[in-house]
Amino acid sequence: MPRVAIDVLLKREILDPQGRAVEEALPGLGFEGVRDVRIGKHLELEVDAEGDELAERLEEVCDGFLTNPVIESYTWRVIGEDERADA
Amino acid sequence: MRVGVVTFPGSLDDHDARLAVAACGHEDVPLWHADDDLAGVDAVIVPGGFSYGDYLRCGAVAHRAPMMQAVRRFADGGGPVLGICNGFQVLCEAGMLPGALLRNAGLRFVCRDVVCVVEAATPWTAGYQVGEEIVIPAKHGEGRYHASDDVLDELEGTGRVVLRYAPGHNPNGSARDIAGVANAAGNVVGVMPHPEHAVDEALIGGVDGRGFFTDLRAGVAVG
Repeated sequence: MPRVAIDVLLKREILDPQGRAVEEALPGLGFEGVRDVRIGKHLELEVDAEGDELAERLEEVCDGFLTNPVIESYTWRVIGEDERADA
Repeated sequence: MRVGVVTFPGSLDDHDARLAVAACGHEDVPLWHADDDLAGVDAVIVPGGFSYGDYLRCGAVAHRAPMMQAVRRFADGGGPVLGICNGFQVLCEAGMLPGALLRNAGLRFVCRDVVCVVEAATPWTAGYQVGEEIVIPAKHGEGRYHASDDVLDELEGTGRVVLRYAPGHNPNGSARDIAGVANAAGNVVGVMPHPEHAVDEALIGGVDGRGFFTDLRAGVAVG
């Protein structure tokens, strides 16, 4: 069953106060040259589908439940076992 | 009137909402999230709290509850529905109201009285004069109202901003100081601050919330 990684962020025009707070903290913590921080969600899940059906099922679950299209945008990709973020 | 108040797992303000409608002369009717029968109520309140723990996003799970399908049918038929705080978030997630509620701009949970202006006549604001200033409590971490500029223009142009924070009282960075909005028909209203907590002088020293419930009736057009 393909494993899918989904990254969700607030749309670019929407203020992300969490990202801004982290961005403002970075120089004081000694991390220079890091900017434009946006904080979102990373989801991983397995879907019992392939190809076009996989894309269709994913968009259905992302648009209908996992994200709110009014405020968030997302990308998704099929990942291998060695690409899991919780490896 | 018989006013139903929905209880989800994680609802906190359902009892205060029931007490408020009873204190304002109505019969309060408890509605359970897993049922899909509105028990013949004349109006519905979706109360504050943290429905289903608010995992994923506030209101994301709750709007799919069987009871919310019944509430949607009721609203489609013109029935008055009021969402307060988490209830507002649920109605936005359900697409029954435009926009969404985001993390407060200042990142802090806000818990204080706020001055608001009632800007539209709806079934839920018939107890107020349009333009009336009221003081009611706000308590939320994710109450920053957001919608696209086109939607905000439409809301303002069609008199659907029901409640606005008075100048200098916006506690969360809401777009255009919006504290509450209505749907196009005017029967569905969502507000972030809590009128149901301001109905008893002895308890918190203010009764400005009573106008949401005292003159509640069906069929008052928005405008």
